[in-house]
Amino acid sequence: MMNLIALPVSVQIAFMAIGGLLALASLISIALVRAKPERDYTELRLRIKTWWLIVAVFAVAVLFNRTVSVVVLGFVSFLAFKEYLSLVPTRRADHRVLFWAYLAIPIQFYWVWMGWYGMFIIFIPVFVFLVLPMRMILIGETQGFLRAIGTLHWGLMITVFGLSHAAFMLVLPATVNPAGGAMGLLIYLVFLTEINDVAQYLWGKSFGKRKISPKVSPNKTVAGFLGGLLTTTALAVVLAPFLTPLARYEALGAGGLIGLGGFVGDVTISALKRDIGVKDSGSLLPGHGGILDRLDSLTYTAPLFFHYVYYLHY
Amino acid sequence: MLRTLFYLLIVRPLVLIVLGINVRGKEHLPLSGPAIVVANHNSHLDTVALMSLFPLRLIHKIHPVAAADHFLRNPVVSWFAIHIASIIPIERRMRDKGNDVFVPIIEALDRNEIVIIFPEGTRGEPEVMARMKNGIGHLLSERPDVPVIPVFFYGLGKCLPKGEMLLVPFFVDAYIGEPLYWKGGRQLFMNNLEQTMCELQAQAVALHKVQDED
Repeated sequence: MMNLIALPVSVQIAFMAIGGLLALASLISIALVRAKPERDYTELRLRIKTWWLIVAVFAVAVLFNRTVSVVVLGFVSFLAFKEYLSLVPTRRADHRVLFWAYLAIPIQFYWVWMGWYGMFIIFIPVFVFLVLPMRMILIGETQGFLRAIGTLHWGLMITVFGLSHAAFMLVLPATVNPAGGAMGLLIYLVFLTEINDVAQYLWGKSFGKRKISPKVSPNKTVAGFLGGLLTTTALAVVLAPFLTPLARYEALGAGGLIGLGGFVGDVTISALKRDIGVKDSGSLLPGHGGILDRLDSLTYTAPLFFHYVYYLHY
Repeated sequence: MLRTLFYLLIVRPLVLIVLGINVRGKEHLPLSGPAIVVANHNSHLDTVALMSLFPLRLIHKIHPVAAADHFLRNPVVSWFAIHIASIIPIERRMRDKGNDVFVPIIEALDRNEIVIIFPEGTRGEPEVMARMKNGIGHLLSERPDVPVIPVFFYGLGKCLPKGEMLLVPFFVDAYIGEPLYWKGGRQLFMNNLEQTMCELQAQAVALHKVQDED
């Protein structure tokens, strides 16, 4: 069970700070509703309420024990993959192949739970990659084969392989990270990824002019991207000693990676949505859209940041 | 009791966690009988998904109308159909012998219960509406005050298509339309119902689509 005394002080402070930030956001939104009753803030209010829920789920995912963490993050991965499959075209003939693809999720998170790095890192890119086409061939439908296997594997890579890196951070040896403990790295990654999203949005709204990718994501501007990158990098350097084993100069790289990776992940999911012709990836998170709308940046930052830290310290 | 437990412990977790259902127009769902709920039929999941939309306390008042020849074919399926699904069995092949086949449905409506009907008669191709049978028109001419609530499901046919035993999770959309009422004339009513179902289906396909926004 959760034992608050055993949590590193920095982790306790981190959660208090996140709670404080959200409380502030809630207060501001309530004040806005009072001050300008003529404008509609339903969407903003809904968005912040859902943030509370996301933080609560995240707290459960990191604060209890390894089994709870792996189950919760595995379930998040399942939701993301399900949302992806509900969005993209699938062939009726692949019904059983899709079932096999779903099976990859519990297996991948079982490797995480075991802490078996070698298997965790090749299971989806090698074994699942080779087995799913075989399963498809046993059914024998060749019309649309490449498209079907391509969309399926890309989805698994993004929503299962990529996101399982977030879970693997929790099973890395805590002794390497005395300041942040077992959960420090993940809190650092998720906090910076989300702050990066918010900072890019705010900088873009305030100073953005030149569009960075007008065809994919018309709201993304150069100023938003650079402002977000700088904010994230600065915060990364400030927070690193409390939550990670990274030295200050190493944190500079981590911040840059999260800022850049977060942006690319965001526009990649945007490109997917634009290709399919939907505005949101789903409707699971009121005020945000689907779960992929929220996890888009993390699908890139989780593996990138993981391997950066893993190479340097583990 | 067994029925409520089955819905609480098996159907709800299945529909809410494994599948995930996104409901639009939930306010149109009848919370008291008599009422007829009609839905498109692509999968055995249609019935359980529809039942899971109702509050648990109403479960004992809801009865899906189902084909006797299919669901009463052996003792196990039959026990399940009668005690857990609580179906009203009707004979598909006896329809031309008059309105007698509808008597158990009319009795249920007279007991203020909610009846679920799949007017397509059988599970068709995923997400494709087949032509609806006229039975519901007959039924309404007998009980013209009963509201008919149209429901369109999108996605269940992908989760568990006809002929498959293996369930594959997908998010499912449910569109519930405003209640329809009998205005005299079977053809008039059937046209009205077909049109409403088509509109709900069009919503299901088009709701997510946007032209140019992020």
